Amino acid sequence: MAGRFFGGVHPPENKDHTQRKVIRTIPPPKTVVIPMSMHVGAPCTPLVAKGDEVKLGQLIGGSEAPISAPIHSSVSGTVSAVEPRPHPNGSKVLSVVIENDFKDTPGSDLTPHDSIDALSPQELIDIVRSAGIVGLGGAGFPTHAKLSSGLGKVDTIIINGAECEPYITSGYRGMLENGDELISGARILMKVFGLKELTIGIEDNKPEAIKNLNRILGPNADGIRVLSMKTRYPQGAEKQLIQTVTGRQVPPGGLPALVGCAVVNADTAAAIHRAVYLGEPLTQKVVTVAGSSVAQPDNLRVRIGTPFSELFSECGGFKDTPAKVIMGGPMMGLAQYDLSAPVVKGTNAVLALSAGECGQDSAERSCIRCGRCVEACPMHLVPMLMYAYERKGMLDELNKMHVTDCMECGSCAFACPGRLHLVQSFKSGKQRLRNRQIKEAAAK
Amino acid sequence: MNEEKYVVSVNPHLRSQENTRSIMLDVIIALLPPLVGAVYFFGWRALTLTAVSAGSAVFFEWLYRKLMKKPSSIGDLSAVITGMLLAFCCPVTMPYWMVIVGNAVAIIVVKQLYGGIGKNFMNPALVGRVFMLSWPVSITRFTNVFEKVGIFGKSVDAVSTATPLSAMSTGSLPESCDIVGMFFGRMPGCIGEVSAALILLGGIYLLIRKVISIRIPAAYILTVAVLTFIFPRGNGHLDWMLCNLFSGGLFLGAIFMATDYVTSPVTKRGQLIYGVGCGLLTVFIRYFGSYPEGVSFSILIMNACTWLIDKAGMPKRFGVIKTESKEGSSR
Repeated sequence: MAGRFFGGVHPPENKDHTQRKVIRTIPPPKTVVIPMSMHVGAPCTPLVAKGDEVKLGQLIGGSEAPISAPIHSSVSGTVSAVEPRPHPNGSKVLSVVIENDFKDTPGSDLTPHDSIDALSPQELIDIVRSAGIVGLGGAGFPTHAKLSSGLGKVDTIIINGAECEPYITSGYRGMLENGDELISGARILMKVFGLKELTIGIEDNKPEAIKNLNRILGPNADGIRVLSMKTRYPQGAEKQLIQTVTGRQVPPGGLPALVGCAVVNADTAAAIHRAVYLGEPLTQKVVTVAGSSVAQPDNLRVRIGTPFSELFSECGGFKDTPAKVIMGGPMMGLAQYDLSAPVVKGTNAVLALSAGECGQDSAERSCIRCGRCVEACPMHLVPMLMYAYERKGMLDELNKMHVTDCMECGSCAFACPGRLHLVQSFKSGKQRLRNRQIKEAAAK
Repeated sequence: MNEEKYVVSVNPHLRSQENTRSIMLDVIIALLPPLVGAVYFFGWRALTLTAVSAGSAVFFEWLYRKLMKKPSSIGDLSAVITGMLLAFCCPVTMPYWMVIVGNAVAIIVVKQLYGGIGKNFMNPALVGRVFMLSWPVSITRFTNVFEKVGIFGKSVDAVSTATPLSAMSTGSLPESCDIVGMFFGRMPGCIGEVSAALILLGGIYLLIRKVISIRIPAAYILTVAVLTFIFPRGNGHLDWMLCNLFSGGLFLGAIFMATDYVTSPVTKRGQLIYGVGCGLLTVFIRYFGSYPEGVSFSILIMNACTWLIDKAGMPKRFGVIKTESKEGSSR
């Protein structure tokens, strides 16, 4: 049985509307907008210009920086613009806009491999890099960088199938429908790190996924174990998953490799399989479209660069006007104001929530010191004190409370009966600390 | 291109169903068993006294916010609890006007002058109660159970009786000591304090509803239990301990007063330290003080230490435990 992580909350799961919906591939859109930054690290430089013809899977953005990931065209057609366009993160980001010719002329320069026996770990990592694979759980950290930094240090590989965010079922459907790709990807990771064992962690609210993977593995699982974990948010956060599976705690500011762990999302593992065996770069995503304002919630396989508005119209449009549109889960997702923003590599859900659903009701704004935030914080912080210090501008005290350890999972704010804007306060607190640091550095 | 306007705010976009009002409502529900007990033991005056007390607390809260032109806060129901608790630690003969004055102190001076809910550093009901010690005769005029006092009866009509606790403060158990009776509330005392059993029932409800954690009440009651068991006065160890647990305001204090969110620590270790501190002070005052009871004073003193205790009880930083223990073992 799995251990557990500190704190956490159990928000209503709300996965019923889409968890039995088979992934449906939607027709590619007329126009795709592909931002040159869909990952943590250096943005890519566009390698195409207005008027260029591009093929499906062709490299259209790249960077020499070590922490970056190349970007490929998700359709074939003509580049109509290279300009800043709305990005799900709320700003405008340099993007390549492509008019689809609906021919899907293949243009990937990746070669499919029949077997990985002849490939070295470095060659496998190079394939992962050329396929543009990043953490598909939402964080978007370039996977090749994660693998390289862990070489020689990692003794435990964990595949993250927690999917602890409410509403999202895209990962669950993937584990049900493409479990063999996931397991094949897992074996590639074992080869990269030279390990004989690997753990796939899945929350116990997805028994069918656990059953399916065990069925594919068969009685002789060859070192792969499927671990059922008690459902609790934020289990899918890297540090918390490592704590659940191994009991180890990643030091502040450190990467998982520091405690000998590598965590790879289940979808990412499947993408690694497709890159290595099929020579497919990352150009598609499975996205859950849900929320009470959506007429027919569904799981869709879509081209990267498809605007959110197309996803909603594929699902019958809105039943009523949503109060909020979110990319990602309701706990950590990003609120959207412009539905022309496109699906990016990290998009696993778009949600349209009604006012009642997202708790826009309450006017109360006072801390009653109930301590629920302290119990909920998986990082062992004291949110109510951090909030008080941030409001009063007491930055030294705020720093001493380790506000920088906060990963903004939202557990404290979810639990708060006073409905305080805790995460917002910590975001702003961290920014103020950064600004002060910059100022101090400039003064010296 | 989009005409619709969507709310853009920082995550999370989901909120728990629980809010301040629903939590306070749970506490009010948990206070109902002892209230029913109070009516059973002391008659309808116990109910009217509680109603007058709760009503005046809400009135003073409303009045202050109105006069200060601040938004009304009576909807959070916290004033109702203050009023109920204040009545619960009065004898049934307590004159109504004194309870009203007690509430004025509790709500206006202790709570609102500090900024309202969440800002006061001492428990309003307890300060109100201590203020009412200004009328030492009235607040200690206890009657026997089932000796009903009329709703409009003059308090002086009642025959005053000693509580078990006042006997115990002289150093021995009361002569006719019925421990089972004491547990269920068959003894003279304050209306909401006598029945440990019914208070416990409310406490279990609060634990099940996760309104309170068991840390403060358990640390408090266990500390009193251990100390009185080790240092008995007069009779046997166990009898002395049980009489100490079930008499006076220990259960009401430990379960409903010491657990007041605003005035108690928020950290887990802090809550344990705080509970033990309340227990130590309570036994100290009961043994060496000139008042027979020490629950109110103990909790108020610990209230004043809450900030410090929270600092001492800070959780260990995530990810540094391992390295610290490694350093420790290598030494």
